[in-house]
Amino acid sequence: MPDIVPPAPRGKDGRAPDVLRPGGWVPMRQYRDSDEVDFAIVGTGAGGGTLAARLAEAGFSVVGFDAGPWFRPLEEFASDELEQTKLYWTDNRIVAGENPIELGHNNSGKAVGGSTVHFAMVALRFRPEWFKARTKLGYGADWPVSWQEMWRYYDEVEDALKIAGPVRFPWGPPRRRYPYRPHEVNAAGLVLARGAEKLGIKWCPTPLATVSAPRDLSPPCVYRGFCVIGCSTNAKQSALVVWIPRALAAGAEIRDLAMVGRIELGPNGLVTGLYYHREGEWRFQRAKNVVVAGYAIETPRLLLNSACPQFPGGLANSNGLVGKYFMVQSNDAVWGRMDEEIRWYKGPPSLALTEHWNYTDAGKDFFGGYAYMSQGPLPIEFARTIAGARGLWGQGLRDAMSNYIHMAGLKICGEVLPREDNRVELADDTDEYGLRIARIVFGYCDNDNRLRRHAVRFMRDALAAAGARDIWESESTAHLNGSCRMGEDPASSVVNADGRSWDIPNLWVCDGSLFPTVGGVNPSLTIQALACRTADRIKAMAARGELQRPAARPVRQHTAPRMNPVA
Amino acid sequence: MTEQNRFSGYSTLAKRDTPSWNAQTRAVVDKRLNDPPPRCFFTEDEWALLVAICARIIPQPTQRDRNVPIASFIDQKMAENNSDGFQHAGLPGMQQEWRRGLSAIDTEARLRFGAAFVDLPAGRQDEVLHMVQQADVRAPAWADLPAQQFFKGRLLIDIVTMYYAHPQAWDEIGFGGPASPRGYVRMGFDRYDPWEAVEHA
Repeated sequence: MPDIVPPAPRGKDGRAPDVLRPGGWVPMRQYRDSDEVDFAIVGTGAGGGTLAARLAEAGFSVVGFDAGPWFRPLEEFASDELEQTKLYWTDNRIVAGENPIELGHNNSGKAVGGSTVHFAMVALRFRPEWFKARTKLGYGADWPVSWQEMWRYYDEVEDALKIAGPVRFPWGPPRRRYPYRPHEVNAAGLVLARGAEKLGIKWCPTPLATVSAPRDLSPPCVYRGFCVIGCSTNAKQSALVVWIPRALAAGAEIRDLAMVGRIELGPNGLVTGLYYHREGEWRFQRAKNVVVAGYAIETPRLLLNSACPQFPGGLANSNGLVGKYFMVQSNDAVWGRMDEEIRWYKGPPSLALTEHWNYTDAGKDFFGGYAYMSQGPLPIEFARTIAGARGLWGQGLRDAMSNYIHMAGLKICGEVLPREDNRVELADDTDEYGLRIARIVFGYCDNDNRLRRHAVRFMRDALAAAGARDIWESESTAHLNGSCRMGEDPASSVVNADGRSWDIPNLWVCDGSLFPTVGGVNPSLTIQALACRTADRIKAMAARGELQRPAARPVRQHTAPRMNPVA
Repeated sequence: MTEQNRFSGYSTLAKRDTPSWNAQTRAVVDKRLNDPPPRCFFTEDEWALLVAICARIIPQPTQRDRNVPIASFIDQKMAENNSDGFQHAGLPGMQQEWRRGLSAIDTEARLRFGAAFVDLPAGRQDEVLHMVQQADVRAPAWADLPAQQFFKGRLLIDIVTMYYAHPQAWDEIGFGGPASPRGYVRMGFDRYDPWEAVEHA
């Protein structure tokens, strides 16, 4: 149904689209398939796009591959929900389990820039204790990185994206102010604020990856409100607009409309490159290292589809954990009618939030946390929510929709616990390339459901306190994480803290698949911070000549720095 | 239909040539407003049934100039096999779900009320649809296609999506419609820009 889609690859013939200028092009370095490039990166979103830029800037030769097209937002993004479905990964996938998840619109991108092209731009850090969730909080698993180290990379990413946020963020350890001033909070956000103040908890304007003042060729956000279907002004600081141009300027090549189908393992136990499909044929790119950054479904899918005699269960999968411990985040919401006109279609959808239940442990009957945020669904999304949650149709549905400009909503980004049973595996069906498609099995556990009930109860009170009437609830999920978890122990993780496979030293993962736990905030900032950390680690290891040697096994337990008490 | 008057005089299309619409949005919406795409996927019988179902799920006023050709857009989605990006394990996929679901609804109508769905009065049609929604069904075809899941996950979602993709639907709920390059300025409670819908009491 989308009408405006690039029919052919644009990253070729020594040039790439200049996404910041109508009709513009920028020069792009190109490599031959026979060149053994330092890094072939599969995926160009929050993980791959960031890593491509940082590795190219460090002097490595880099080719990034993306299955999707290279859009020019200024000319090709319409203010239209149906047209913009072109940004989603809609190739078929099978969903199963106790709570089969919906895929596509709210969690899967297929474009250069990946899902950041249509993300909600919410830029939150993990709570420090989450990096040691098992040790400090008694659930899930510890991350193999310390919060202090991650904090430095959060600083870097927040600056790279010029995050617009409050001068003082109310939760967590003291931190510097955000690079750009916060956005004005719209009425939908002020409803959240009013409810929070009535209930005595803190709230703040949401730190967002859309600029509140001019930045180079990105104009300040004009509050058009179509953020989650693609920003047509380039105010949004997506990977497409930030990291990819940086990668090109530093000499990386990006190949759009290039579907990677298989990673090849050589007889010496190292990967030698990858097969990709572009312009009607399969080709093979040689590489010294391959990084998989296709997000938590396509990443394990590619590893599993790359099974070979040495790894019959899939590359990097000697312990059988590729695809396991897959996590979404619960996305339950409450909705109500306000007397005031809210007109939530204006501005980014989540301009206000509270992390109260991420940072408060007392009074909870569950592990983990959740943030909740104000909402601003466009008409189709909201009509689908009403129809799905309340089963309304006929005149009842039209009447409910007639309250559109008076509606307000609160929605969580809720933590789910990592469980081995929740997984990505291969289905028997194949796609247009003959590659087996993914089957995603997901179910909430009791703890997840207790968290969801707590959140809905609390948000109902908050919305009522803000003056909403006729309150009702909806459920959904967001984000894709886990499935190639990192860790300190090769027996219980797929990769180490650097995203490096325990099995194959020149195979890496760099996306949300790495998360051992998922936290109660949107994952994009953490994915980008991890990518920056991985780039620095690779640089350091290369300087020491360690890249072709196997990843060091832990010599003792608890090698990570101890965490300081948090204010 | 009271909501008709709530934003009377408001038209998102009237903003077509203002800074709220860019060229690509004009192209996309113009195309949607053109003659409906010709039927390509559904058979004639399926088509008549689908049109009848759409009329119950989203009843449209008879007096207005332009109604939304919901069934045409669903036919186009099926013909182009424009998937949402996932398929439930054990279900046959979007196209077959629609075909089987339509057939099962018709069988249900005949079993319950002794007539084809399209020949039933509106009240009876609604009863059939409620039965499907509640999974209170007898037609054998539902054995392979859980009625509730089909109704909620396929029928309702597709119909509602196509309706609210249309400027006619935007106008009646007071949605601002396309908004690029010009977005909005006034964001607070009870504030609106001169190019937004005015709500009448």
